[in-house]
Amino acid sequence: MSMALKAVFERDLALAYRQRSELMQPMMFFILVISLFPLGIGPNPETLQKVGPGVIWVAAILSSLLGMERLFKDDYNDGSLEQIMLSATPLPLVVLVKVLAHWLTSIVPLLLLSPLLALFLNLTEPMYWALLSTLLLGTPLLSLVGAIAVGLTLGLNRGGVLLALLLLPVFIPLLIFATAAVEAASLQLPYSAQLAIIGAMLLISLALAPFAIAYALRVSQN
Amino acid sequence: MWKWLHPYAKTQNAYQLCERLLPWFVVSAFISFTLGMVWGLLFAPSDYQQGDSFRIIYIHVPSAILSMGAYSAMAISAFIGLVWQVRTAFMAMIALAPIGAVVTFIALFTGAAWGKPMWGTWWVWDARLTSELILLFLYLGVISLYASFEDKQQAGKAAGVMAIVGVVNLPIIHFSVEWWNTLHQGASITKFDKPSVAPDMLWPLLISILGLALVMAAIFIRRLQNEILRREIHRPWVQALVAEAKGK
Repeated sequence: MSMALKAVFERDLALAYRQRSELMQPMMFFILVISLFPLGIGPNPETLQKVGPGVIWVAAILSSLLGMERLFKDDYNDGSLEQIMLSATPLPLVVLVKVLAHWLTSIVPLLLLSPLLALFLNLTEPMYWALLSTLLLGTPLLSLVGAIAVGLTLGLNRGGVLLALLLLPVFIPLLIFATAAVEAASLQLPYSAQLAIIGAMLLISLALAPFAIAYALRVSQN
Repeated sequence: MWKWLHPYAKTQNAYQLCERLLPWFVVSAFISFTLGMVWGLLFAPSDYQQGDSFRIIYIHVPSAILSMGAYSAMAISAFIGLVWQVRTAFMAMIALAPIGAVVTFIALFTGAAWGKPMWGTWWVWDARLTSELILLFLYLGVISLYASFEDKQQAGKAAGVMAIVGVVNLPIIHFSVEWWNTLHQGASITKFDKPSVAPDMLWPLLISILGLALVMAAIFIRRLQNEILRREIHRPWVQALVAEAKGK
């Protein structure tokens, strides 16, 4: 079983590596959206510092939505998803591995960009560390919950906008706690409480989401 | 209980049950809704601080409570549908969704209209307003997911999963926005001690809540019947029903 999981993991990483330009697009989108804000609100460093955490988080959510469809779409179109579902390996485990591979290939690059964006938006160093830890804990949650909706909209031709419509309301608590943590850090206050809540949400979704994703895939595959 | 409930998984039986129940619901909804509205809007004493403008409470509070009630009813029927593979439950779910969305909108609208004279602004990003708005988005998400599938059997399952994801999220959303910002007054009747509303105002309020619930139930029953007919149009019993209606 672990052999099969390892094979799926390596296959997904290899596929992602061979489609590098597709991986670049959400990253470019992320940088572009964030550089629009100083142009829109004005370059005043204090204002930027105030809106910065929220802007980075909103941009991260939007760009993770962009790359989300890749999670199962190609496998669905070429039929390999059906083969995976027929295999003896439990589907929830396989989707968990796939989500992990997806997180590593399309979200972690966004995290690597974050120091640059923190400079753009004039975040202080404590704010940056808070931002990075919320992103580290929060983005796997985005991928896990997002994968449920991706699974549900798989059979639809124009699932992209629908995906955003379904997921954005669900991501609101994460956005609130993450930006609250960064704000606390900007005031030199402890922010472990917010991190703990995000971690709790991550653990709950880690326990439940794989089953929901597996069910959603079965619905789509009919 | 299951033995008693099980026949209604068959759409024909559910349809006939709806047909039998509908007149009762329509009559009781008409009576209690009219009573609640007339008592609340005309005869209940006016508030010593807010004057007559507080009377919108008789629409605002029922719709706010029932917007959440309708969502939980929707999620419960989605759960029944997913676990026991009952097709009628998905039909019930999707019959409820637009009713809930409209009631949520009414709650938001009356809240805005009430906020203008009281707080001096139509909209504030207060905890309850925000979570009500998110509730509306969740409803719209379920409805649009259902609408985008050609195969309604599949649509029901997909929308059902989304409704349950929403219901897991709803308390989290509620508490997160609660901590985030609060301006709205605390709960007046749903808290666990003596209500802080005068009995003269409380009674019409309770009757309005009951009235709106019955109105929604009556609309729901009719919508469920329509949904059953639309989905089962090729079944012999529906054909017979149509033939009978044409013959009249």
